[in-house]
Amino acid sequence: MTLSTTQALTDEGRRALIGTMVLIRTYEEAIRAVYYADKKPAFDIGAGLVPGEMHLSAGQEPVAAGICAHLTPEDALTATHRPHHLAIAHGVALRPMTAEIFGRETGFGHGRGGHMHLFDPTTHFSCSGIIAEGLPPALGQAFAFKREGSDRVAVAVTGEGAANQGAFHESLNLAALWKLPVVFVVEDNDWGISVPRARSTSVASNADRAAAYGMPGVRVEDNSVEAVYAAAGEAIARARSGGGPTLIEVHTLRLWGHFEGDAEGYRPDLESVQEHDPIPLYRDRLLESGVLTDGQYQAMQASAVEQVEDAIEFAKNSPTPDPLDHLSYVFSEGVNS
Amino acid sequence: MTATLPSHDQSLALAIEPEAGKRKLSTAKAIQEAISQRMVRDESVFVMGEDVGPYGGIFSSTTGLIDRFGPERVLDTPISESAFIGLGIGAAVEGMRPIVELMFADFFGVCMDQIYNHMAKIHYESGGNVRVPMVLMTAAGGGYGDGTQHSQCLWGTFAHLPGMRVVVPSNPYDAKGLMTAAIDSDDPVVFMFHKGVMGLGWMAKNERSIGAVPEDEYLVPIGKARVAREGTDVTIVTISLSVHHSLDVAEKLESEGISVEVIDLRSLVPLDREAIVRSVSKTGRLIVVDEDYQSFGLSGEVIAVVAEHDPTLLKRASRVCVPDVPIPYARELEYAVLPTPARIEAAVRDAVAI
Ligand SMILES: Cc1ncc(C[n+]2csc(CCOP(=O)(O)OP(=O)(O)O)c2C)c(N)n1
Repeated sequence: MTLSTTQALTDEGRRALIGTMVLIRTYEEAIRAVYYADKKPAFDIGAGLVPGEMHLSAGQEPVAAGICAHLTPEDALTATHRPHHLAIAHGVALRPMTAEIFGRETGFGHGRGGHMHLFDPTTHFSCSGIIAEGLPPALGQAFAFKREGSDRVAVAVTGEGAANQGAFHESLNLAALWKLPVVFVVEDNDWGISVPRARSTSVASNADRAAAYGMPGVRVEDNSVEAVYAAAGEAIARARSGGGPTLIEVHTLRLWGHFEGDAEGYRPDLESVQEHDPIPLYRDRLLESGVLTDGQYQAMQASAVEQVEDAIEFAKNSPTPDPLDHLSYVFSEGVNS
Repeated sequence: MTATLPSHDQSLALAIEPEAGKRKLSTAKAIQEAISQRMVRDESVFVMGEDVGPYGGIFSSTTGLIDRFGPERVLDTPISESAFIGLGIGAAVEGMRPIVELMFADFFGVCMDQIYNHMAKIHYESGGNVRVPMVLMTAAGGGYGDGTQHSQCLWGTFAHLPGMRVVVPSNPYDAKGLMTAAIDSDDPVVFMFHKGVMGLGWMAKNERSIGAVPEDEYLVPIGKARVAREGTDVTIVTISLSVHHSLDVAEKLESEGISVEVIDLRSLVPLDREAIVRSVSKTGRLIVVDEDYQSFGLSGEVIAVVAEHDPTLLKRASRVCVPDVPIPYARELEYAVLPTPARIEAAVRDAVAI
């Protein structure tokens, strides 16, 4: 699904973007169903097949699809507590990812990590549950890529809430100072849990903050996957060619709660939020302009359902970790350990 | 500046009994009530943190406070812990009494400098001339599958660093009285509640997380342990949610004629060394149950207290803690590392077999 950075968006490219978005949504809907299935009648966060906090990404698919269309598995991506859309768009394999979310031995981390701690060395994907803490490691990955003389890039994604954390600002400065091939992406979904951006952030656009660190800053206003694609294409091309970092902020949408179980009583736009769902909006545009046919869309959906069902079945049928094995993996084992 | 501040009114009753009035509250509600009552009495008390306003705190430590006191005194902050914890320190230095919530203790990593190099050291560095009367309230503990970065207790880490009192209530009565004492304290207090003792509707809970709480204000003095259950064969020294598990085990083993004494420390700093020694003098067998990591922490400290006092008191000392691994995500693994009732029971049986 990777498209060359310099290429203008073709119709095939547009279909690839909606295809990625559909796959992500299908995945999140399935995880959501599994998450709630055995937490009834009373919601108990620790119960069921998938325990703990669950941060799903519905509504933010355009960011993941638009950015990752320019990446190869050789490029690094660091994500947040809300990582699934980025993992999927970056081509992380669904089976071990899902098994990790289910806490199974076949998961990326053999069940040690869980949904906020997915590490896939094959695609250089990682995430963290601590706000803004994915930025500094992305600098290091970019540093290593630069030292090896390659044109690989690292992309660090955070929410707009994270842009008020010290690590965010330290990272921007250092990346610009050392001209690292890194792209910072802020997903502005208007909310940091219950706190609206107007009550957390002193500027209207985080893209404005880029100037303070001597790097270009772009704000994509309307959760449009094509606008994200264009902005990311430019930023990633700049990074690949030695032009240093860029900050992109995308005004996106949190379609569901901060985490599952969040009643969102604090949210005044709850009634109208579904109207802004980017998937039907983009789909209809592509259908109307003849880029996409109903048949193609249905085929995308069917393929997504098949992949997701396969991953969930794989996870469900995988063994749980052996409790006696609870001391493993703290340190490496082998000649250098 | 602050040296001239009058100390808070300490004349409040210390002696109100938990059963007085018999009204029952969850630990979360008890904390809210303590904060609310002090905010009524003292204009200088304010609450600050992430999602403490309309959301009411992720673990309901501040529910309803914004409705009562307004956004000037209950402030949602950006996700900028260094900045707002530091702000709390500065406000405290100038005579306010901030209650600052760090959403999870696990997040101290992004703001520890303000906590241990500033909040905890200013009084010392100033030769006692500057006080930092603030409460740093934070959630701790696991057991619900939240993984390595959202399940840690870490109280031993705070307690290791001089200059902050570290309070860890196990039940609603203590939580209210200790929070009141924490607000009144002229020293910084880290007030750590385990999510599993809060009595939340959306998390499995022990029945002891809901209990009798007097409506009036009262203090539970910081630094005094509580004998949660008297016994003669073995002493369990513990804290927080592990108190509940230890009491469950003690009740179960009573029918077999094993008599377990359970000491709820209620705070790590100050540590009630006398209470520990007193109990072990009676039983000769000591088990420390702690949901924090095992090495270099509370459990070793408690055993050292007895060993330094009189090693001949000890027929047996052991600990039931989290072995030195991060808290795993998968339930099977998480429950293999947590100090579960089953592990506590095995330790008691092992101890009395000697
Ligand atoms: C250092 C730190 N502080 C607080 C939190 C708790 N927390 C988790 S997600 C979140 C909100 C994040 O908002 P944003 O960055 O906008 O991302 P979004 O959740 O909207 O995707 C907060 C406060 C955390 N995980 N880490």
